[in-house]
Amino acid sequence: MPDQRLPAATFENLALPLFDQLYNFAHWLTQDRAEAEDLVQETYAKALRGFPTFQPGTNFRAWIFRILRNSFLTTRAGLKATVGFDEELHTEVAATRDASAEDILVEQANREMVQQALEGLPVHFREILLLCEVEEMSYQETAETLAVPIGTVMSRLSRARKALRAALAKHLKGGPHGM
Amino acid sequence: MACDSPPERMDAYVDGELSASEAASVRDHLRTCPSCASDALSRLQLRRKVADAGVRYPPTSELRNKIVSQYSTRARPRRLQWAILTVPALVVLLVILSANFFVARQRMREQRFLGEVADLHIAALASASPVDVLSTDQHTVKPWFEGRIPFTFNLPDLQASDFTLRGGRVTYLEQSPGAQLIYQLRKHNLSVFIFQDRAGEFGKTIFEPVEFQTFHMETWSEHGLRFTIVGDVNSADIHALSELVRGAG
Repeated sequence: MPDQRLPAATFENLALPLFDQLYNFAHWLTQDRAEAEDLVQETYAKALRGFPTFQPGTNFRAWIFRILRNSFLTTRAGLKATVGFDEELHTEVAATRDASAEDILVEQANREMVQQALEGLPVHFREILLLCEVEEMSYQETAETLAVPIGTVMSRLSRARKALRAALAKHLKGGPHGM
Repeated sequence: MACDSPPERMDAYVDGELSASEAASVRDHLRTCPSCASDALSRLQLRRKVADAGVRYPPTSELRNKIVSQYSTRARPRRLQWAILTVPALVVLLVILSANFFVARQRMREQRFLGEVADLHIAALASASPVDVLSTDQHTVKPWFEGRIPFTFNLPDLQASDFTLRGGRVTYLEQSPGAQLIYQLRKHNLSVFIFQDRAGEFGKTIFEPVEFQTFHMETWSEHGLRFTIVGDVNSADIHALSELVRGAG
């Protein structure tokens, strides 16, 4: 098998442009600046070490985001955030079935409200929304990042959006301190 | 598309994940179904709002500098500091190494040169006719070389010395023609080789007599010519002949 290792300059070219996005994602996951900074540094160190195993031509962004996410999941905060997470249960609890009312509420939601609603979501919903909406990853990329099948991405994304709508509705109905 | 199709389908439409034909079918449906159109619009709005709200946490410049300096090969302030301290040391090391290399290479070249000249000396003596011009008179030998080699030289007057001239021959070193003069001293044969010195190839300094295999040798460069004396006599005798040759200018 030919040596497919890329030179260091390529790691630099691939990894450094993603710095702002990786940090933003890390901060959203950890909800703490110091932890996010540690997570980003750990991610870069791990990515550089693992770079020889990175298959050229595959998705580097998905690869390095996965490293960041996996690193987060093994931290205490990550374990705490994901333990006992039940996708179905969370959606059922969060969702209210009043589509038209929610639609109107979404229109009214401002940036800060959306941020607060996102903060309140379980990590699994938060991360998939960030990857799909903020990073504008395709379902395929998101599936690679989360190491789940595309079908799971689709169903989880739908549930996450539903949960976000519900959270926004709750915010708007109950006022800024309604949570 | 039916209104009761799963929300994943509308999400996939909004996310641009449907195939062209599937997307067309959804679009057709949306034109005729206000409820689904409103749903799609709402999903699009939510998507845009999350995309906007999600860009929330800019990294500090400290972390940015740290990461960039650690992982960039172009700008490495920390490594640079290290490099500033180390560069002079590296330069010194490089100079030493290259000097050693140069000396070694030079020595190799000298050894090879001396070896080749010694071989020419042995070959001439072993041949049936060691000399092409047989004469003890430098005034006969010197003109003989004219037209045979691309340079001229002077030969010493040996009257006050124990050396005698036996004669000369044209010889070749690395395809360059040169003169070989054979002298005798107490039954020992000595060769004086004269070649054009190409760009001071063997250095300009006069070598002290060197021992090479069973021979003593001495070589120097003068007026663009490389003189080399080789013989199975002691180094003092070699040096005596070299002084005579040099004296002839």
